[in-house]
Amino acid sequence: MSHITYIYILIAALTVYAIRALPLTLIQKEITNVFIRSFLYYVPYVTLAVMAFPAIITATSTPISGIIAFAVAVVSAWISGNLFIVAALSCVAVYVTELIVV
Amino acid sequence: MENKRWYRKGLKNGIPIGLGYFAVGFTLGIAAKEAGIDAVQMGLMSLLMNASAGQFAVITIVAGQAGYVTMILTQLVINIRYMLMSCALSQKISPKTPMWQRLIMANYVTDEVFGIAVAVPEQLNPFYNFGAATVASPSWALGTVLGVLVGNILPASLTSALSVALYGMFLAVVIPASKSDRVVAAVVVISMIGSAAFTFLPYFSELSSGTRIIVLTLVIAAAAAVVCPVPAEKIAGGTKEAEEETRKEAAQ
Repeated sequence: MSHITYIYILIAALTVYAIRALPLTLIQKEITNVFIRSFLYYVPYVTLAVMAFPAIITATSTPISGIIAFAVAVVSAWISGNLFIVAALSCVAVYVTELIVV
Repeated sequence: MENKRWYRKGLKNGIPIGLGYFAVGFTLGIAAKEAGIDAVQMGLMSLLMNASAGQFAVITIVAGQAGYVTMILTQLVINIRYMLMSCALSQKISPKTPMWQRLIMANYVTDEVFGIAVAVPEQLNPFYNFGAATVASPSWALGTVLGVLVGNILPASLTSALSVALYGMFLAVVIPASKSDRVVAAVVVISMIGSAAFTFLPYFSELSSGTRIIVLTLVIAAAAAVVCPVPAEKIAGGTKEAEEETRKEAAQ
């Protein structure tokens, strides 16, 4: 059993590593194609927005604290843009809201 | 030295990532224990994979004792978004980046490390990612191992609060960029609406989160690239605001 589990882990790790390493090692030049460049420029914003919302609302114990965390994150990101500050304020918003509501 | 400065900056911004990972890791560790995975196996898996959904799939497959081919296919589907992120990062670093740096960097292309790496306004130095990974990866591994060993000892209120740290960071990347670029702002809003639709609408909600991310990213980023192609100098040099911000940070 245990021996098979290690093989499972190794296979999974190799697959994930190949996915991550191939583009970074094979694409060494700057891409000049305008469409591909533009596409790659927008990729992070779409991916991060999709991952953040509505996950931030469903991640907490109650949606209310998630909604408040979302609002706090958007406002603080608009004002400061500092990753650490925004993350910390979002956490505090959830903690405080749940102290009051739950 | 330049590399040292980037590494330190990465360490600092890796702290909130590490905290979030630690909390999420606990949950994963508990699930792993139920599937018969021990602490050593869990620690090894976490250090090698650095992927929450991918590792959850490993646990599910080990529990069900499915075949090795199933494992490969499942990992491909769940983690294919990392390929897009790696493509984007390949354009964010210097073309002269040495191979060993690319190989190490690749192992730490996670949602969160990618998130802070693309937020760097100028060209990315891989040492920034190394710094973030130095904090984030061991925190993740430790969280998952402790989850296996002792179960969830964090109070529910703390787990709930920490669970938004990662999302807060994502928003800290997309919101300031939306402020200076209207197209990015539109892309962000459309992405969130699309993501909400995929999460709550019938049929769509049956898709896994990994599939949702890849489908929406392909469609929305491609549409944006067609409608609003980005001028070359904007990608290479970053915006004026970003440059100013870098100068400010350097002065501090």
